[in-house]
Amino acid sequence: MLHDTTVMKLKSPQHSDAKQTYPVLKSTVDKSSDLYRSNYDASLAKLEGLNKALAESRRGGGEKYNQRHLDANKLLPRERIEMLLDRDSYFLEICPIAGYDVPSHKTGTAIVGGIGLISGVECVISASEATVKGGAVTELGVAKSGRLSEIAQQNEMPAVSLIESAGADLPNQSKIFVPGGRGFRALTRQSESRLPTVCLVFGSSTAGGAYIPGMSDYVVMVKKQAQVYLAGPPLVKMATGEETNHEALGGADMHSRISGVSDYLAEDEHQAIRMGREIVAHLNWRKGSQPLQRFIEPPKYDAEDLLGIVSSDLKVPYDAREVIARIVDGSRFSEFKPLYGHTLVCGWAHIHGYPVGILANNGTLFSESANKGAQFIQLCNQIDVPLLFLQNTTGFMVGSKYEEEGIIKNGAKLINAVSNSKVPAITIMTGASYGAGNYAMSGRAYKPRFLFTWPGHRIAVMGGKQLAGVLDIIKRESAKKKGIEVDEERLGMMKQMIELQIEQESDALFASARLWDDGVIDPRDTRTVIAISLSAAYNKEVKGTTSWGVFRH
Amino acid sequence: MKKIERILIANRGEIALRIISTCKKLGIHSVAVYSEADKSAPHVMQADEAVLIGPAPSVDSYLCIDKIIDAAKKTSAQAIHPGYGFLAENAGFAQACIDAGLIFIGPNPDVIEKMGSKKVSKSIVEAAGVPVIPGFQLADTDIPFPVLLKASAGGGGKGMRIVRAADELKSAAESAKREALSSFGDDTLLLEKYIEQPRHIEVQILGDHHGNIVHVFERECSIQRRHQKIIEESPSPVLTPELRNKICEAGVTVASAIGYQSAGTVEFVYAPTGEFYFLEVNTRLQVEHPVTEMVSGLDLVELQIQVAEGIELPFTQSDLTQTGSAIELRIYAEDPSQNFLPVTGTLCDWHLPSINNVRLDSGVRTGSEVGIHYDPMLAKLIGYGANRAEAIRQVQYALSHFSIGGITSNYGLLNSILRDTAFRDGDFDTHYLDENLPRLLEDKASIDVLIESAVAVALSCERTRHESATMNSIPSGFRNNRFRGQNFSCRIDDETITLQYHQVAPGRYSISHGERQWTVSDLQWESPSLAYTNHDGVRRSFRIQNKGRHYHCHSILASLGIEVLDRFPEQDASDVAGACVAPMPGKVIAVNVQEGAEVTQNQPLVILEAMKMEHTVSAPCDGIIEKLLVREGQQVDAAALLAVVSGEEGE
Repeated sequence: MLHDTTVMKLKSPQHSDAKQTYPVLKSTVDKSSDLYRSNYDASLAKLEGLNKALAESRRGGGEKYNQRHLDANKLLPRERIEMLLDRDSYFLEICPIAGYDVPSHKTGTAIVGGIGLISGVECVISASEATVKGGAVTELGVAKSGRLSEIAQQNEMPAVSLIESAGADLPNQSKIFVPGGRGFRALTRQSESRLPTVCLVFGSSTAGGAYIPGMSDYVVMVKKQAQVYLAGPPLVKMATGEETNHEALGGADMHSRISGVSDYLAEDEHQAIRMGREIVAHLNWRKGSQPLQRFIEPPKYDAEDLLGIVSSDLKVPYDAREVIARIVDGSRFSEFKPLYGHTLVCGWAHIHGYPVGILANNGTLFSESANKGAQFIQLCNQIDVPLLFLQNTTGFMVGSKYEEEGIIKNGAKLINAVSNSKVPAITIMTGASYGAGNYAMSGRAYKPRFLFTWPGHRIAVMGGKQLAGVLDIIKRESAKKKGIEVDEERLGMMKQMIELQIEQESDALFASARLWDDGVIDPRDTRTVIAISLSAAYNKEVKGTTSWGVFRH
Repeated sequence: MKKIERILIANRGEIALRIISTCKKLGIHSVAVYSEADKSAPHVMQADEAVLIGPAPSVDSYLCIDKIIDAAKKTSAQAIHPGYGFLAENAGFAQACIDAGLIFIGPNPDVIEKMGSKKVSKSIVEAAGVPVIPGFQLADTDIPFPVLLKASAGGGGKGMRIVRAADELKSAAESAKREALSSFGDDTLLLEKYIEQPRHIEVQILGDHHGNIVHVFERECSIQRRHQKIIEESPSPVLTPELRNKICEAGVTVASAIGYQSAGTVEFVYAPTGEFYFLEVNTRLQVEHPVTEMVSGLDLVELQIQVAEGIELPFTQSDLTQTGSAIELRIYAEDPSQNFLPVTGTLCDWHLPSINNVRLDSGVRTGSEVGIHYDPMLAKLIGYGANRAEAIRQVQYALSHFSIGGITSNYGLLNSILRDTAFRDGDFDTHYLDENLPRLLEDKASIDVLIESAVAVALSCERTRHESATMNSIPSGFRNNRFRGQNFSCRIDDETITLQYHQVAPGRYSISHGERQWTVSDLQWESPSLAYTNHDGVRRSFRIQNKGRHYHCHSILASLGIEVLDRFPEQDASDVAGACVAPMPGKVIAVNVQEGAEVTQNQPLVILEAMKMEHTVSAPCDGIIEKLLVREGQQVDAAALLAVVSGEEGE
């Protein structure tokens, strides 16, 4: 786990007098307490689960297929990415455990994707894993590819794809065929938006797959490896009777010299990767916005503490400021409305020099907290400051008192603000993400630029116990209405079953496997992950809005 | 006589700087001369004035008497110090100085002339009663074997034979004559006593214009390669006080016989029996004069200047003492494993911390280009101690802290010699290096040391890249799903080392090499110094400099040239199949083939001359000369493509 203490040297002296005016948060964490110890141990256990899933994702097609791939003198997709990246630079993998434990899916969905630096340019990189069913695309793979191109579009970044794919997973074509078409549209839409797309073809890229190079702005093909055609020799023979071979029909040489589908012919994979780096180097890439350069102070508290702070039991609250203190520059936080709506902590901070407006749950959302959040989002939009949501909420407060207060219309204000906000938003789900709280705190459906979760977080319409309890009441009422006796044994079993199912389905790994987020991260990496996300988001001009939906007052 | 206020130094490199430093000490203005190759050389920077005297080749610059005299006039220098080499023992130059009204800092031209001739010098010395190597006639009957047969006109070992018994003499003489005739066109042979296990011992002499002559004791210079000294010391470990007295007196006798005025050296060959024989007189300041200065406390250059001014020597023989022991190491840009082939290049590092009792006479600095035009000696490192063992320890310590980067040198060999028992015991002769070289060259850094150094270079590269990265506050090499560490590959000599590393926390790195995996911590990097604590808890410091991908990593463990391998290597000339490339920069003196000619593997194709050495470039395989890119007389750079041979199998 990396704790950054590197201090960015000021490159332009005119900002050197930018004073660190925000106050330092005081931490009251007692590391010797039983609570801390038990939370810490529980976090480690959760991390073990995450690491197991991640290890699974790195296995690719397994030893046998990986070896076969290596024996053919090919690089594994992760190795291709490593070589493509600038030395010592970061790579933030997106949805690494998509498909984990999902029936008929491989962890990672036969695609490796993420954000990394190529020739100093932040790019969205994706690579097909030919060792997994020849790199054939599954429905979760389509969703993951879709998410990756969405990242490129939302943040206005160039995209580089490393292709070696057999195309659609034919037995499952019904789940893929229709949504699969979006990918090609996305490529040309990216191109139209002046977001260059680069495609390096390492192997077979057939039928639908052929359109990936076909739709990309730049295409590199590896000699005697890349094979790109609408139909392979067997299908051609079936269709027209023509006898041909792979190389003549769609080889890299043919495409580079005759068809023009390829722009650059690479002698081997290394050269193809080098050419990819060369192409990105000429893109003349300039980011849409740059934050003011400032001195970057590391947090004053160790990120390691996060493991002991975050509650293993979501019913036990923890102070969001303890989390903020371990994420933001110098643990400095300028809190907004500290005496109002205290269940939503709002305020300004910097992360790796990027300004952020933080909204962090500190319990159930009340009307005041919702109003405060809506106002805070408007303020951040007014001054072009990105939003960081730290989710840990069981939702909006219920009850007649709160309904009378108009919790609905106040919650709606927050959702209105979140939905119409134009500054980039990043969401981290640290604990509970239940009910409308998920929505109001920029859940997946609200299109935050990035959404990462901690291994202990739970996501559902409500907790398993609550849901089972609600069912119990409904069943009893219905039985009463019908005038029949409640079968206690059956109801008890049903409640137990439903509770178990909800608990399983609320799990962080379960959620991430289904692409409900961009990945589960080690809490200690949060600061780094947010910084990489913010930097990516700044590829698009950071510009807030003053236009909102109608607020009901 | 009037005081000299301005001296022109007709030399370059370390000796020019050595003379400049005494000039500064005495308040004398120094004037440097320089060739176009030396425009930014340290001696030009250090002198008060400097005059450009011509292009790089020394025949067009440092050996041009007229240009040097002209430079002296232009700058109103009153005297010229010739240093050693170049014109130092050229009687014509000494005379030209005098004719131009300049003081030549050295003996008079007549002495230079006489001592320049082996025959004349030998007869003068013999007449003075100093032993010379006994010579014989082939017809003599009472020849004491072994004897050495050599061509009268010869040199370089050609036509030389050691004959150990009378019955071998006839046939040896016949073959020697044939060789002499074919090599020199003259079959006259000389026959002289062959001295087994000879040692080279020489005596420093000083004379003034008032008839005073003293010796400043002896120097032993038996550690030689290709008849050139590389380690010199004073006193000689082999001389007893009586013998020392005898040999030094002989030196004074020789100097007196020729009326020597200035600093000079009388060289002797010393036999294990205690007998010694005159070899020659060097009528100049010797390269190895610092060892004499360190044990005597004298400044020989200062004394040369005083003598030239006509001042009487300020001491008599009995005032002089030889205190302690001094050892000099000559550092050469050469490859001992390639028969001491001189090498060229740019010094990416040249650093010696200041160390007590250690003197460095250097002619270069970091960034200096070492070219083909001049002698490849870079510097002399001299250590001093109360006795020989202490002097060795001191100079060894200094050598271990001396970082010489960017160029192949005899650094490792010097280190091996200093560690060698025979050398430490003083048990050697002039054949020492020839006989022990393979053994000494085997003394190389262990693989563990190579790996530790490779780790240091890898992490210095990582730090350097990270410092300049656009998002340098993001932890280096961050991964949220790590597939592998960062790769680093380098070549050290013939060894390729591939490492993987990743930062686990600031200053803390996980390293793997093959199956081995370990952690280093507390990394500190402030160019050029890097330090880390190894897994064994030992903290190591390194000095790392580079030029492009060629790094130099110095630690007290080893001084290593490390080539960092590119992730995406670019093809260079030698990657072309059948390519013949120049092993070093030089001049093409012969092209033996024409384009289209059929050649066999190892057939000599092109002969280069560089640093006075011939180098043959041969066909890498059987085939046809597809391309021939050079012609006779052409100057080529190192690694230049000379010819391409297309192999039989071809494309």
